[in-house]
Amino acid sequence: MASPGAVLVSEWTKIKTVRSTVVTLLVAFVVTVGLGAVICLVTNSQWNSMSDHDKLTFDPTSTSFSGIYLGQLALIVFAVLVVGNEYSSGMIRVTLAAVPQRASLLLAKTAVVLALVLPVALVTSFTTFFLGQALLGEHGTSMGDRNVLRAVLGMALYMTFIAVLSLGVGFMLRKPVLSLGLLMPFFFLISPILSAVPKVKTVARYFPDRAGTRMSQVVAGSDIPYGPVVAFFVCLAWAAACLIGGYLLFKRRDA
Amino acid sequence: MIEVHELTKRYGGTLAVDGLSFQVPQGVVTGFLGPNGAGKSTTMRMMLDLDRPTSGRVTIDGKHYNQLSEPLKYIGALLEAKAVHPGRTAYNHLLWLAQSNRIPASRVDEVLGLVGLREVARRRSGGFSLGMGQRLGIAAAMLGDPQIMMFDEPVNGLDPEGILWIRNLMKSLAEEGRTVFVSSHLMSEMALTADHLVVIGQGSHGFVRIRTPQREALLDALADAGLIAVPTVDGGFEVMDGDPAAIGDLARDRGIALHELSPQRASLEEAFLQMTSDSVEYRTGSEQPAQPRKGN
Repeated sequence: MASPGAVLVSEWTKIKTVRSTVVTLLVAFVVTVGLGAVICLVTNSQWNSMSDHDKLTFDPTSTSFSGIYLGQLALIVFAVLVVGNEYSSGMIRVTLAAVPQRASLLLAKTAVVLALVLPVALVTSFTTFFLGQALLGEHGTSMGDRNVLRAVLGMALYMTFIAVLSLGVGFMLRKPVLSLGLLMPFFFLISPILSAVPKVKTVARYFPDRAGTRMSQVVAGSDIPYGPVVAFFVCLAWAAACLIGGYLLFKRRDA
Repeated sequence: MIEVHELTKRYGGTLAVDGLSFQVPQGVVTGFLGPNGAGKSTTMRMMLDLDRPTSGRVTIDGKHYNQLSEPLKYIGALLEAKAVHPGRTAYNHLLWLAQSNRIPASRVDEVLGLVGLREVARRRSGGFSLGMGQRLGIAAAMLGDPQIMMFDEPVNGLDPEGILWIRNLMKSLAEEGRTVFVSSHLMSEMALTADHLVVIGQGSHGFVRIRTPQREALLDALADAGLIAVPTVDGGFEVMDGDPAAIGDLARDRGIALHELSPQRASLEEAFLQMTSDSVEYRTGSEQPAQPRKGN
């Protein structure tokens, strides 16, 4: 058996020696914070034209997180490339010749992704929250308000789950083009569209991005019938299912 | 010692490797000869536990590959050139590989020196030529100072200087007492490098014998047509799997005179034996010993 510690060190070296790691994580941060800030700014300036209902159900916390809609795409690219790059270059065969224990390899990659994404997600969600609230001015909220800290942490956890889910899909589909071709439209188009279709939306509200939205809300929206704790487990289940599916295929397939 | 026992690989309806058994003995260069598509690469991937055999097994000193602790210290393999992330430097590529098998980082500098890549170690491997990529792959294979080394078609696409370097490297590895297992579809290459031979593929092969006074012109014409010509001891050529009519037409179009153009049938072993006095000891399990084909 290869030593798990050695595999971990090796995967850490891999991830920090390619440019795509810094680029994708930086883009995730900048886009999430930047787009969130723009939306907060616009909301603040349009406040007087909003309906009374919108004003009453206004959630300053989740409004500041609006940028994740685009920012998550960069996280997906990051996680997919961690495994997809090895398949597109043929390097996976070099890796597996050095580390034939496929479970150890998958766990080491997952650990390295978690170790990078979790801190980035925390910095992103706190930054976008504070900047968003500052730009919302008098309509903003503060960290001390009820459920706000939970929602900010929920945002960070959602970003982490998205990365793990994408890593699992990367292991399943191997080629980055396939993985990205599935994940990007799903999060950017398909899930939002299905969530608006009658009947279908009763299923679609258990999609990971809907559950993620629920985790990062302070004011519950009318379309999601479960609370933030259930939402956490829905996200966890998606991430775990994708990772386990990835492992089952990875274990028996030819490299 | 590597032992391959009744190894079979099936992809859907096609049989890529059919009941292959052989041994790779210690301390010599064993050639793995067969035409393209005969399953050489598939066999090598199964030997490294990268592809899962449909049936059969491979053992290395009695163990399955995934039972080796730190396998790079047992076997170093070069399967394909440039199986590296193009954005990572040569040094960092070897560094992660060394770390995965607890090989000291100082060894990375050592192997970079051995293959002559020290000057470009801090450059991204994406800009490497095929020859440099091949050297990086060989550095990776040598990283764990393994007793067994495997090379899949190592001279493919290399310039003459690179080919010579690889040949000398394999000889010196064997002189150091290492086991070298190297595949090729070129009989001439095997004749130069291998002490021992494993032949894979169909028992009988067609080839075309050609003699011409315009050797260079014909070689160029054949190369343009994608055919591989092997020079024979009597000054002619043999073209593997060539069609005599097409070769005759090709020669006429280029104005090349042919003094002989004769289709032959022989096993790869017979053809090989014409070129070298080395003996062929092992062959694939399923085929009958080659007989000159009757009729057609």
